[in-house]
Amino acid sequence: MQIIACVKRVPTTDAAVSVTPDGKGLVTDGLPYMISFYDEIALEQAVQTKEALGGEVTVLSLGPASGSKEIRECLAKGGDKAVVLTDDEWMTRDARATAKALVAEIEAQGADVVFMGKVATDRDNASVGPMVATYLGWACVTDVVALELGEGGGTAKVETEAGLETLEFSLPAVITTGKGLNEPRYAGLKGIMAAKKKPLEEKTPELEANQAMVASLAPPPPRKEGRLVSDVNELIDALRNEAQVL
Amino acid sequence: MDFGLTEELTLIRDTARDFAEGELMPRATRHDREAKIDPAVFDMLAELGMWGLTVPEEYGGAELGNLALAIVLEEINRACAATGVTVSVHNSLVCSPLVKYGTDEQKKRWLPKLASGEILGCYSLSEAGSGSDAAALKATATRDGDGWVLDGTKLWVTTAEQAGLVIVYMRTNAEVPKAKGITAFLVPTDSPGFKVGKKEIKTGLRGSSTCELIFEGVRVGDDAVLGEVDRGFPIALETLDGGRIGIGAQAIGIGQACLEASVRYAKEREQFGKTIGHFQAIQWKLADMSSRLEAARLKVREAAWLRDQGQPCGRQAAEAKFLASTTANFCADECLQIHGGAGYTDDFHVERLFRDARITEIYEGATDIQRLVIARHLLR
Repeated sequence: MQIIACVKRVPTTDAAVSVTPDGKGLVTDGLPYMISFYDEIALEQAVQTKEALGGEVTVLSLGPASGSKEIRECLAKGGDKAVVLTDDEWMTRDARATAKALVAEIEAQGADVVFMGKVATDRDNASVGPMVATYLGWACVTDVVALELGEGGGTAKVETEAGLETLEFSLPAVITTGKGLNEPRYAGLKGIMAAKKKPLEEKTPELEANQAMVASLAPPPPRKEGRLVSDVNELIDALRNEAQVL
Repeated sequence: MDFGLTEELTLIRDTARDFAEGELMPRATRHDREAKIDPAVFDMLAELGMWGLTVPEEYGGAELGNLALAIVLEEINRACAATGVTVSVHNSLVCSPLVKYGTDEQKKRWLPKLASGEILGCYSLSEAGSGSDAAALKATATRDGDGWVLDGTKLWVTTAEQAGLVIVYMRTNAEVPKAKGITAFLVPTDSPGFKVGKKEIKTGLRGSSTCELIFEGVRVGDDAVLGEVDRGFPIALETLDGGRIGIGAQAIGIGQACLEASVRYAKEREQFGKTIGHFQAIQWKLADMSSRLEAARLKVREAAWLRDQGQPCGRQAAEAKFLASTTANFCADECLQIHGGAGYTDDFHVERLFRDARITEIYEGATDIQRLVIARHLLR
């Protein structure tokens, strides 16, 4: 089975981010990066699928040429080869342009199933997965928290507003992964050493111009300082009359 | 000159850090209180390949060097020093000398099991009457037909309770100067006549087992001799050069944990209407801890790098351990002082760090012995 795991390099979730003076981007100097949390789950699912059904896992990422540490880590965790579509503007590339670039490479590589996180933890769009499936004309199952996959298709439990739904789908398909689907493994030392010898190819993609533009970015307003109340009556009074939540 | 870590070493550090924060930090207090490392941790370390870190690939290891080992040990010890010393001893005092001095047969027999974590190793040199004066050891190996019979009692053996293999140093010749009549033997711990004696109750590193080993007529063949007969003492000392880098890295890990706990507390704890980090008395402590730690960390990494280059590193390893261990104790002391009475109770892990740090100035060559080694290099 040909399996592709799409991953995005994002600022670490505990990074202190600040907005650039023009108010349209993030200051990236010295920013620490990681593979997006849900993409780690996608990679783990890709590797588990290979372990169960055989085949090969290709790690695919639109990102900077200098981001190879995070991609090597994916190879150390079980990816067989990696393709990085180099784009120094990857952080601000919109979902549509990102999806188009990924689709061109997925079509060139050929795949039975594509895994990616349900959402990237930086911009929180949750758009690339469904767009990739649409442009490919494949089935798309989003926010998958349990999965059984066979040669021709599979069954997935997905999170919806109404609760858990069970869906059947046929391959090829794009599956976006949710929390709880699996527990991503650590990269072992042998995996790290083996990753050095695995192919990591950098390609220059054809990139379409962004259609979504960032008008402005602003940090969330600082939280107001808390206040200690002396008793329950004062608390109820404050909740009723100041916060007006009771 | 580049002080940054390579991409590979960064990945290795991140992996060790993720594992240490995710699996060891939540268990470290329990390891200490129950005087036992959670057996699941040994399995996880095996899965990560930590038991075969320095073992060549052909024997199932990751074939990494001392610098990678030092970086991994710093991360593990930052979370749990009992686990840290177990990994350090297994790699630097057991696997390393086997790789360096073992015959092909010995390597084939032991390294795959050690690298996979199927068995753990321990190193046994000290006795009741021979600590810093290690060559004064009295336990004997006596020639008997085509083999040897081992007798005597050894002390302070780390991981003795769990080990499947011990590298033990025995007197094989009493007629020559004391350092020239010692031989290293590879002894399986299921050998008849071998038993693990008293388990020590220690100030720190309580999760790691430290025991007496008793040899009563333990028979081994010539194939158990590591290196040459009567030439074991140089192996013991050369092995300790690597061990000292490991303990140096352990000390940096403990010191780093002290610094981080101190910074956290300085930002939280309020006195006289402000957080105590506003006071110069606390700021200077933090600055001293950070500067000394950074310097010692660089020294440990330099010694590890030299050893990886195959260059002599006896003085640098001694300096690394001396600086790192004294720094760890300095940091532990200041950290406890910053925490005040709270740090003296078991409500905080600071008291464990304080107890764990102390041994780094004692084992694998006390601070006083490191000074002696350094001075001998300078005066020769």
